[in-house]
Amino acid sequence: MLLRELSEARGVSGNEGPVRDIILEAVGDLVDEHRVDAMGNLICLKKGRRQSSEQAWPRKVMIAAHLDEVGLIVTGINGDGTLRFDKVGGIDDRILLSKQVLVGQEALPGVIGYRPIHLIPRKERERVADPKKLAIDIGAADKSDAEKLVQPGNYVSFRTAFQVLDEEGLRTVKGKAFDDRVGCAMLVELLKEDYAFDLYAAFTAQEELGLRGARVAAYAINPDVAFVHEGTVCDDLPKKKDLSPVTELGKGPAITFMDRSVITDRRLVKLLVTTAEKLGIPYQFKRVVSGGTDAGAIHLTREGVPSVVVSVPSRYIHAPVSLLSLSDFDYTVKLMRAALHTLEGGLES
Amino acid sequence: MKELIKKLVEAHGPSGDEEQVRALIEEVIRGKVDQVRTDALGNLIALRRGTGGGKRVMVAAHMDEIGVVVTHVDKKGFLRVAPVGGVRPLTMVGDRVRFANGTIGVLGREKWLRVSTLPTWDQLFLDVGATSPDDVPVGVGDVASFVRPFTDLAAEPAAELHLRHKGTGKRLVSKAMDDRIGCAVAIHALMQMDASPNDVYFCFSAQEEVGTRGAVVAAFGVEPEVGLAIDVTDTGDTPEAHPMAVELGGGPAIKVMDSEMITPPSIKRWMIEAAESLGIDYQLEVLERGGTDARAIQRSRAGVPTGCLSIPCRYVHTPSEMVDYGDVQAAVRLLTELMSKEIDL
Amino acid sequence: MDTVGLLRDLSQASGVSGYEDEVQAIVRQALEPHADTLRIDALGNLIALKRGKQADGAPTRAVMLAAHADEIGLMVKELEEGFIRFTRVGGVDVRILLGQEVVVHGERPLPGIVGSRPPHITPPEEREKIVGLDELFIDVGIPEERLSKLVHVGDIVTMRRDFLELASGCVCGKAFDDRAGVVAVVECMETLSTMDHLWDVYAVATSQEEVGLRGAMVSAYGIVPDVAIAVDVGFGAQPGVDEAESVKMDAGPAIARGPSIHPLMYEKLVATAKEHEVPHQTEIIAGRSGTDAWAIQVTREGIPCGLLSIPLRYMHTSVETVCIKDINRTARLMALFIAGLDEHFAEAMGLD
Repeated sequence: MLLRELSEARGVSGNEGPVRDIILEAVGDLVDEHRVDAMGNLICLKKGRRQSSEQAWPRKVMIAAHLDEVGLIVTGINGDGTLRFDKVGGIDDRILLSKQVLVGQEALPGVIGYRPIHLIPRKERERVADPKKLAIDIGAADKSDAEKLVQPGNYVSFRTAFQVLDEEGLRTVKGKAFDDRVGCAMLVELLKEDYAFDLYAAFTAQEELGLRGARVAAYAINPDVAFVHEGTVCDDLPKKKDLSPVTELGKGPAITFMDRSVITDRRLVKLLVTTAEKLGIPYQFKRVVSGGTDAGAIHLTREGVPSVVVSVPSRYIHAPVSLLSLSDFDYTVKLMRAALHTLEGGLES
Repeated sequence: MKELIKKLVEAHGPSGDEEQVRALIEEVIRGKVDQVRTDALGNLIALRRGTGGGKRVMVAAHMDEIGVVVTHVDKKGFLRVAPVGGVRPLTMVGDRVRFANGTIGVLGREKWLRVSTLPTWDQLFLDVGATSPDDVPVGVGDVASFVRPFTDLAAEPAAELHLRHKGTGKRLVSKAMDDRIGCAVAIHALMQMDASPNDVYFCFSAQEEVGTRGAVVAAFGVEPEVGLAIDVTDTGDTPEAHPMAVELGGGPAIKVMDSEMITPPSIKRWMIEAAESLGIDYQLEVLERGGTDARAIQRSRAGVPTGCLSIPCRYVHTPSEMVDYGDVQAAVRLLTELMSKEIDL
Repeated sequence: MDTVGLLRDLSQASGVSGYEDEVQAIVRQALEPHADTLRIDALGNLIALKRGKQADGAPTRAVMLAAHADEIGLMVKELEEGFIRFTRVGGVDVRILLGQEVVVHGERPLPGIVGSRPPHITPPEEREKIVGLDELFIDVGIPEERLSKLVHVGDIVTMRRDFLELASGCVCGKAFDDRAGVVAVVECMETLSTMDHLWDVYAVATSQEEVGLRGAMVSAYGIVPDVAIAVDVGFGAQPGVDEAESVKMDAGPAIARGPSIHPLMYEKLVATAKEHEVPHQTEIIAGRSGTDAWAIQVTREGIPCGLLSIPLRYMHTSVETVCIKDINRTARLMALFIAGLDEHFAEAMGLD
């Protein structure tokens, strides 16, 4: 399964190469052209069936999913051979304790440990651990030993295996970086179909640092319409209060109407909703306006690009291990394929 | 002009949902412009073509207003909402909002633990009178704006109070003065302009309140040589206000700086000279917190000399935003003058 | 002996206090070739006896080696909307649980996640607080209807962690506390197969240490050894821990000294290490050692105890780290100590 490969690949923002390579391999025969730009975006073109002389809109459709994941970076080596680190992207410090990681291109195993509970006064256990006191331990005996293996600037990813949790029902799987490897996997699926318009598949870099890859990719592509695929927040655990779960697992693709970065195009939202209803595909809205996606950058490109985000709900993103439903994934692919074919005939206002 | 202002401020148009405002403006300016189009983000861009030899100018006033968006419908039919733009819980409790389909809701608050504390958005909910999720007439993703009618404080009182008051003010109050008053000023200037050497693009922009997004793409498309935003600004003339040398009734304000833009001195001079030539009172504005579409135009492509003509406004981003009618009329005159003459920076 | 292999197998096995069967099965297999008898007692202690060659007429003497087989873990408390609420078994720091992978031992082992809310929807003030047990859930990705058939209140939950080899002969994984000690005991028994020793040796993989030394208490009562050595893990030097509170990694076992330790046991262990040049260090424990030695010492009429600690980093997290050489050294020291036990020592100790 491509999602497995993508999930286990290491691609912290700024170092997306390994993920890009897997995608290049996967899309090889599916696209007519591809290039890697200055930011590290992989931009693939699948030419449309339509002759360029035909008058039709849209001519160019961009679909983006980001390659990068949140992670860590080595900032220094301590005297005892452990590694200092900083976070790359939005990570809650509280999830760092007691985790295994992989360091640098060679994927050197390491751990982020924590003090033994026995040595921590009871009162202190009620407080959040000071992230400045955490370090990565690669087993090196001392500084010079560590220096032979690691350099400041090495990227660090969480070490998490992909696994199917349930073969039936929602077909849940767990793995690392479903935000946004699930979007990448979707985009590869969408490239397996032919469309009337030119489809630009943009596998973007550095989304987690502020939508940086998508911005330049969209400028270069100059699309008529854009879709963004994400693995998005799913907070459907039991709650004390009846508040928004953002999205719910197993309830189908999540369509964004608004987030911190974009108010999505009403016509595209309508296209997705009517397509889903026509085909009986379950769908939901992303029911919160926090968070941002590549659409935030894309829709403000040049004279503006009508954009929308379609996501696969993923629990526990931005942590070492996330969870999603393959049935949500399949529904999302199905919805997008149908919507793209409807879009070949233009967009209802 | 008050009739137009009333129509504009009472229209529904939170960011991203500007259709009603756009339709209204389009109808008013029909036949008065040479070209009009709506772009990908919903900006309405109208061109008054010049007689030649002038500059390509972009005037921006934003159509959108702050509001709330539904994020969740609970099992009892209460709605949870999130802010659209800079709207704060302070102004929300007990307030009413209206959706595009006319549905009205009341903002309620969860139990008050301490009366002195402000609620967070998580502690507010919207009650549209539903008794279950099934009879909620709106859904997740729908946006609503404040319900507050246009009120002309300058109008003659309907009856005399037992204490006689002298004189009447010239204030207008409503929701969404920010920035429908700018739209009204732009529309009037557009209609009063005589032959001008400049090609003037009147851009009624979308999504200003969520980060001047409409103006970003509109400016890219128009590619102007000079830019000018028309927006409201805070005042420092109310009790214990944050110090600011702008007051209601002191005339339109020429922005010198805000937290998002420094006006080029050449633009400032151009605006001051025009105001002085007309003999209208003006104020110079330094706004410590805030920004306008001008910031977006200024940074477009290779950069655009851009200014901002501000209408002083009290209680910005509350349901009752107050402006002075004299300031508004003077702003129309100043904008008309600025657009009508050759621009030499 | 394949120290790494055995530690890997033991680390991957699950054995939360009271549920040590899976671990004990592996220990049994490892000890079988070196033991004369093997049995599991009423509390789940695995007891292997290797007879000594005591001279005719001399009293039968026995030394007990104790390393605990159990590990800390979690237990299912309640099912709610398809998610699992849980409680702790033993000293688990609740703060390490966010984003942790676990195995829920239901009708079949189910991989699960202790979920964390993403930063996108976590207000800054919330990030300043710890996430308490009442807010944590295990997610096994199985819907409510089927979950209730697969998982029941009281099912145990273990941490799920791959065993990893790090640089410099260090390894990392879960439950090295005290599977590292168990490995040292097995290795000691194997070494003894090639040595002569006069005393009987009881190798015990004790149960329920983490919930109050319960296995050691009853097994020592049943065995009635003349002396005992507990093998556990010690706080290895690590970032954030005071040097005074820790022992050095890769410097051999720490030989404990203090009220819980018989002075002559300590002295003989140190003398043995010195004589055979086994790297070692000393650790002072002023009171409660929190190890099986604490319980064994006061069994029946009292049993002289020694205590060896294998340096280990990040104790009670799921990424405990240990140097393989320290395990080897601990095993060797114990074997040499046992080979040196004789009536002379018994006399010095005042044994009957």
